[in-house]
Amino acid sequence: MANLLIPVSPRDHARGPADAILTLVEYGDMQCPHCALVHPIIAEIAGELKDSLRVVFRHFPLAQLHPHAQLAAEALEAAGCQGRFWEMLDLLYQDNAKLDKDSLLRSAKKARVDMKQFTRELDGQVYKDRVRADFLSGVRSGVSGTPAFFINGEKYNGAYEFDALVAALLKASRRT
Amino acid sequence: MMAETLVSPILGPGEPAPRFTLPSVPGESVRLVDYIGRPVILVFYPADWSPDCGDQLDVYNELLPEFAGLGARLLAISGDSIYSHLAFSNARNFHFPLLSDYLPRGEVGRQYGAFEDEAGMNHRALFVLDSEGIIRWSHLSPHRSIVPGADGILTALESLPESTGPRG
Repeated sequence: MANLLIPVSPRDHARGPADAILTLVEYGDMQCPHCALVHPIIAEIAGELKDSLRVVFRHFPLAQLHPHAQLAAEALEAAGCQGRFWEMLDLLYQDNAKLDKDSLLRSAKKARVDMKQFTRELDGQVYKDRVRADFLSGVRSGVSGTPAFFINGEKYNGAYEFDALVAALLKASRRT
Repeated sequence: MMAETLVSPILGPGEPAPRFTLPSVPGESVRLVDYIGRPVILVFYPADWSPDCGDQLDVYNELLPEFAGLGARLLAISGDSIYSHLAFSNARNFHFPLLSDYLPRGEVGRQYGAFEDEAGMNHRALFVLDSEGIIRWSHLSPHRSIVPGADGILTALESLPESTGPRG
């Protein structure tokens, strides 16, 4: 069973209590349709499990396959640096067919980031290495496609559906 | 027990990798012997056009710089025709050869223990060869639905005595 190699740390983007009994780490590609489809499901699960669940997002852009995925990931980091990571993630996944630079800038504006700083950082590729580091951490943890989920550090190999994910999370909670 | 029981083991560490020549694109062939001299990653996979939008081969495609940094090159093999490979490779923007183990079907896959006659296609099997063409690591996925990543490949490459370059 593949395991998460790099444990969750303060450097990660996390939503939910740090001491939640369940941690769900997602490796996602912003241009991947499966990732976009599962995103609202994760939000629904988080709504159900409330403080029992911490959700973490790490980047896994397959840039050769998805030409906008890398820049979108860097845009997320730039928004995240200003505390708007999750707002930006929601916006981008809402219409992830539109991830060209202009669309990213429009989403950033909607996410209410400081556009001057955002644009400067995006153009300067400030977060390029950070995104690659996330990607490689996923590779080392055995990620073989997107989305990929780890529940309390163990790779989840089930369906990207509400019932299956909740069942796996509940099973993991009984093991804690 | 699933019908897809693994009956023949794949080749393992210490065994010489069987040499082959397989077509890649219309009009061209790839000879394994031309790749010997540097580490080689061989990926046996079931079929082109997997329904997942980004999976095993896409991940390897993304890691070509890391593989190259360790001196390695990658070849992927399935029983699909060169025409399927050409279209698939273009669609996914692959920068490594897809080889067609088509005529006779699965002949090379069988030599590596990766081809399942009943299903008429490969299991998911990985091999890392050293620069002399000896298998130094191999992995067989227990079921086709369990898609291996690249962690085993990277670790195997990094363990080769001749590996150079940064550790990713």
